[in-house]
Amino acid sequence: MNEIIYLDNAATTQLDKAVFEEMQPYFVDYYGNPSSVYSIASESKKAINLARERVSGAIGALDREIYFTNGGTESDNWAIKGIAESYKEKGKHIITSKIEHHAVLHTCEYLEKQGYEITYLNVDEDGLVDLNELEKSIRKDTILITIMFANNEIGTIQPIKEIGEIAKRHDVIFHTDAVQAFGHVPIDVNEMNIDLLSASGHKVNGPKGVGFLYVRKNIKLKAFIHGGAQERQRRAGTENVPGIVGLGAAAKIAYEQLEERTKYLIENRDYLIDQIEKNIDYVRLNGHRTKRLPNNVNFCFRFIEGESLLISLDMEGICASSGSACTSGSLDPSHVLLAIGLPHEIAHGSLRMTLSHSTTKEQLDFVVKQLKDIVNRLRNMSPLYEDFLKNQNK
Amino acid sequence: MYTEKVMDHFKNPRNMGEIEDASGVGTVGNAKCGDIMRVFLKIEGDVIEDVKFKTFGCGAAVATSSMATELVKGKTIKEAMLVTNKAVMEALDGLPPVKVHCSLLAEEAIHAALWDYAKKNGIVIDGLEEPKEDIGEEEIPEEE
Repeated sequence: MNEIIYLDNAATTQLDKAVFEEMQPYFVDYYGNPSSVYSIASESKKAINLARERVSGAIGALDREIYFTNGGTESDNWAIKGIAESYKEKGKHIITSKIEHHAVLHTCEYLEKQGYEITYLNVDEDGLVDLNELEKSIRKDTILITIMFANNEIGTIQPIKEIGEIAKRHDVIFHTDAVQAFGHVPIDVNEMNIDLLSASGHKVNGPKGVGFLYVRKNIKLKAFIHGGAQERQRRAGTENVPGIVGLGAAAKIAYEQLEERTKYLIENRDYLIDQIEKNIDYVRLNGHRTKRLPNNVNFCFRFIEGESLLISLDMEGICASSGSACTSGSLDPSHVLLAIGLPHEIAHGSLRMTLSHSTTKEQLDFVVKQLKDIVNRLRNMSPLYEDFLKNQNK
Repeated sequence: MYTEKVMDHFKNPRNMGEIEDASGVGTVGNAKCGDIMRVFLKIEGDVIEDVKFKTFGCGAAVATSSMATELVKGKTIKEAMLVTNKAVMEALDGLPPVKVHCSLLAEEAIHAALWDYAKKNGIVIDGLEEPKEDIGEEEIPEEE
C-alpha cells in the first residue's frame, strides 16, 4: 500500500499536535471538576474561560454568548428545537433549505410532526438559495430561518450576510449551521446578523465530541439538557474540559493561520479542479466555482458509480467520499446533489475530495493520475458508457 | 465491509466485456437506483460456450456479475437456470445485507439474457419468466 492520502477533511480532520499538547494536562493533571472550589478545579475553570475567549474572539461574539456542546449535531438540535419551543407563541413557521445537513433537516422533520410548518427553500444549480424566494417565504408567524453557512458536500458558501439582513429586516431569528465554515472562512456574527451559530471541533483539527452554539445575548433559548448550572444554566453536565480546551486551541490556530491557509488551499483546490477537467472527459464540477469552501472539490464522473470509485481509490491509499446511494445505505443518492438538479444516474457518480493545509500538489498529481485510470477502467465496464458511445457514433 | 472474494472479483472481474455476435443479451436494473447489469451469452447447442458482462454499479454489483458469469460459463441452459442469487452470494462468501439486491440483479441479468436467446430462437426454457423491467424499484427484504 502507498502512503495514505487523506482527502476527506469534511468528514473529520487530524487532531493538530499543538492542540493535543494543550489538551493533555486536562486529562491527568488538572482533572478537577470546574464547578468545585479547590485549586486543580480552578485550573479547569480557567482553561474553559480561555477556550471561550478564543472561540468568541474568532467569530466576533461575547464570551457569554458561547455555549459548549458535544458537537455540531447537538448545537443544531438545540438551536432549532430551542427556538421552536421558546417562540411558539409568536408562530410555528420555520424556513430552511433543501441542502441542509441531516442534523438540521431531520430536526425540522421532527418539528413538522409536532405541528410546526417548515418551508424548504430550493437552491440553484450551484447550490445557492434565492434571496427573493427566501424573503417571499417569510410570514407573520415565521420564527426562524436556519440556513447553512457552507455545504458539506458541494462546498457552496451561502450569502450569509444578505440572509442575515433579510432576517433582521423582518425581525426573524437567524441560525446558521457553520460546521463546515467555522475555522475555514471569516465569520463575524454581528456584521452578518447571525443570531445563532453551530460549529464543531473536529472539523478544524480539534477533537471530536465537542462543539459550541453561539446564541446572541437577547435571544430567548430554553435549556435543552437539564441538570446542573453549567454554561449559564443553559447546558447542564460536567464540562468536557480537555475537549473544550482543544476546541479553543484549534479555533485560535485556525483563525491565526486563516489567511495563509486559505490562499494555499484555494490554490490547491483550483489546481485539482483544473487537472481533473483537463485529464478526464464527461465530468461535472458540483457546487459554485468561487463561492466555495477553500478545501472542497466535488465532481460527478458520468457513467460510473461512486462506491466503486471509492473502493478503487482506497486500493491506492486515497481516502475520499461520495454521495452515491451505495454509500448512504438507501436507493437514493445524496439529497444535495438531487436538489441542485442532477439526475439520479449522474448523482450516483459523485466524488468529494476535501483537502487539508498539509495536502501537497505532488499528492494531488498522484490522485489525478490514479483517478484517470480508475475512471477509464470503470467506464470500460459500464453499460451506460457503451450505450453512450454507440449513440454518439450514430 | 466486503469479503476477500468480493474484493478479488471487483479488482479482477472475470468475463468483463462484450460478445459481438451474442446469442442472447439481457440488461436489468436502472440507473436511477445506481445498478445496471448487462449479460451477453454465446450459446452452442444448449451449452453456454461464452459469457461476458458489463456493469454500472457498486463494488458488490461488479463482483456479483463477475461471479454469476463464472458460475454459468460452460454450463447447460438447464444448469444455468439453477444458479440462484444465493449461490452467487455463497460463492462470494457472503454480501452485506444492503447489497443482497446486487446478487438478485445478477441472477436476473442471466435470466434476461436467456430470455432474449429463447425469444430469438422461438424456444421455451423451463422455469424462465419474462424479466422484470425494473428490478431496482422492488422492495428488497433485508436478509443475509
